[in-house]
Amino acid sequence: MFDLLKLRLRHGRQAIPNLRKAEVLETFRGFPIIDESINPECSTKCSEICPTGAIEINPLRIDLGKCIFCGECERVSNGAIKFTNKYRLGSSKRDTLIIPSGRKYEEFDVAAIEVKKEIHKLFGRSLKLRQVSAGGCNGCEMELGAATNVNFDIGRFGIDFVASPRHADGIVITGPISINMAPALSDAYTSISDPKIVIAVGACAISGGLFSTSNQINRSFLDEVPVDLYIPGCPPHPLTFIHALLDYLGR
Amino acid sequence: MTWCEIKNLQSVPLADIPVMKFSSLRNQCIEMISKGCRVVQFFGDMDKDCIILYVVLADDEQSKLYLAASSFSENESFESITPEVKSFHLFEREFYEQFGIKPDGHPWLKPVRKGIAGVSGNEEQYEFFKMGGEEVHEVGVGPIHAGIIEPGHFRFSCHGEKIYNLEIELGFQHRGIEELFIRKSSPIYLLKLSESIAGDTVIGHTGTFVRAIESLGEIDISRSAMAIRVIAIELERIGIHLGDLSAISGDVAYLTGNAVFGALRTKVINTTMAICGSRFGHDFITIGGVNYGIDKVLKDEISQMLAKLEKDAELASEVLFSSASVLARFEKTGIVSYQTAKEVGLVGPAGRASGIALDVRSDHPYGGFSQFPVHKLTLKTGDVFARAYIRYVEIMQSIRIIKEAVEYSMEDELRKEGGGLLPNRIVVSMSEGWRGEIVHAAITDESGKLKRYKIKDPSFNNWIGVALAVRNNGISDFPLCNKSFNLSYSGFDL
Repeated sequence: MFDLLKLRLRHGRQAIPNLRKAEVLETFRGFPIIDESINPECSTKCSEICPTGAIEINPLRIDLGKCIFCGECERVSNGAIKFTNKYRLGSSKRDTLIIPSGRKYEEFDVAAIEVKKEIHKLFGRSLKLRQVSAGGCNGCEMELGAATNVNFDIGRFGIDFVASPRHADGIVITGPISINMAPALSDAYTSISDPKIVIAVGACAISGGLFSTSNQINRSFLDEVPVDLYIPGCPPHPLTFIHALLDYLGR
Repeated sequence: MTWCEIKNLQSVPLADIPVMKFSSLRNQCIEMISKGCRVVQFFGDMDKDCIILYVVLADDEQSKLYLAASSFSENESFESITPEVKSFHLFEREFYEQFGIKPDGHPWLKPVRKGIAGVSGNEEQYEFFKMGGEEVHEVGVGPIHAGIIEPGHFRFSCHGEKIYNLEIELGFQHRGIEELFIRKSSPIYLLKLSESIAGDTVIGHTGTFVRAIESLGEIDISRSAMAIRVIAIELERIGIHLGDLSAISGDVAYLTGNAVFGALRTKVINTTMAICGSRFGHDFITIGGVNYGIDKVLKDEISQMLAKLEKDAELASEVLFSSASVLARFEKTGIVSYQTAKEVGLVGPAGRASGIALDVRSDHPYGGFSQFPVHKLTLKTGDVFARAYIRYVEIMQSIRIIKEAVEYSMEDELRKEGGGLLPNRIVVSMSEGWRGEIVHAAITDESGKLKRYKIKDPSFNNWIGVALAVRNNGISDFPLCNKSFNLSYSGFDL
């Protein structure tokens, strides 16, 4: 009994009080600042070393939808690429995720998420999500689970993950969409009644990531269904997911 | 013919592997297993126009590995070893699915990763075991599950609440990883791919991969890099075990445990992030060493975090394991007996909870674990309690290991460059991930390029454990039993 009280006291208050002001460590690889002029000869090296083909040259740019934030390009860029710890990376438009040389974070941030009045009206105070792992490696899944833990607690915003697509307002996809999960994903999406949204979490969901050239994936679902929100990362930090959702909901 | 004898991470020329008639291989396997060996790899490879089967047996007491091979032509079959030695069951099914060589007499020849109904007309569809009788019913769960978790299908045969049989159908997460390991040649791509085999076992699989490559590339990493890798894997182990205790507490409605262990996990993975920038350890390990060092400031941070964690984890665990409501759910639930565990070949904490004393860090030491010896911890009851309690014990052990490892000198160079890989060689790389024994086998061709990369996640051994554990338990205890194992779907499906 007393040990239980002791434990409760030591545990204290774990919820991050203001998620909007939460900081991550300097080491975290978030938004990349690219300045090709620092070292133009390194562009080819960067593009060749990228494991997911996220880097294009002439001009140098990184596609955050393909980027797995591994840091290998930074290492060979000789200063031309520097990953900052800015974790707010979500976007409602796919092409905003392509970061060209010279793009400032503030420019990206202000353009990334388009707030729609209907979304705020429908889901601003309650958003129930069905998570479907379509070939995910469990990284994104664990970080989405972490968003519901005592530290991040997205439940405080009325955002929850639900057990049935029939109870959901939207679907959260992780993984590159393996052939074997494509039918189940499609069924889950169809089972959600309108209005509904689609959120793609992680490089695999957004672009196939490391598995984009695998012959065991089938991404045709995304040819038919529009994605409302893209959350880059491998896996995305819970704060990346939370901020993107809060921005999208207009909170 | 005598089998080729090697150690963990010792590469040998392919020519050294004896290729024998399968009937001899079969008899010798059965004999060696009866003398205490254990199958750790059993996989095929195309060779010109025939299919070579490689078998790797481990003698854990002597820290030795034995390799032999057999050759088959297309559509041939062989006499299944499974009726004599059950632990071959899934290896033979996988070999059949990948190469079409049929194990005659296999008691349960079903698809491993490719039997998903309605997905492809060509592949063999999965037929579930059906139980007959009055009032018998079937419950199907998945592929999509209630929580935020990877997909798999569980088919229960029940009578009332009681589960008589559980059959698990996997393959939903199949991404074609082994094929990508061969098709792509960029070392950085393969390094990142190994990080994604199981996204919760980044350090485990990546460490196993880089050590295989370093063996084939004859790269000796520095002592400091070895010590840092030990810290990385043990931080991963602690972080996941804390998360598991949180999840298991949640499943018995013990919300204090759910909250407290979850908060403790955050502290540990943020320490990993402080070192390498990723909560899961991405970019920590590389071929030739590690990408990040541990300076005095980080060392103090780690030591402080560990000192506090040790006290907090101990208190939280003592409270959890003395709570009557928790014990009522944990004890005698989901029992896997020592005998069963040994027969099917369980590994890792789940095996140790049933008394199977196996731990690759101790049995086939690799990397820094020759410097930081690990004592094998086992329990006897094989129930959910044992599988949960062993995590607590391992957390405390890993904290002690890291405390020793941070004292090691960090002055050596972190990363060594290597050249190409030795041609026409095979190496077996084993390590103890947090779920258990990870085994990667790599074969190079005459130009030193990888021609076969076989991955065995510990989940490959242990999924059968889940199926057997739930027998005769109420179906409402299934989530608890499943979480007490916490196996990988993506690591199994590849």
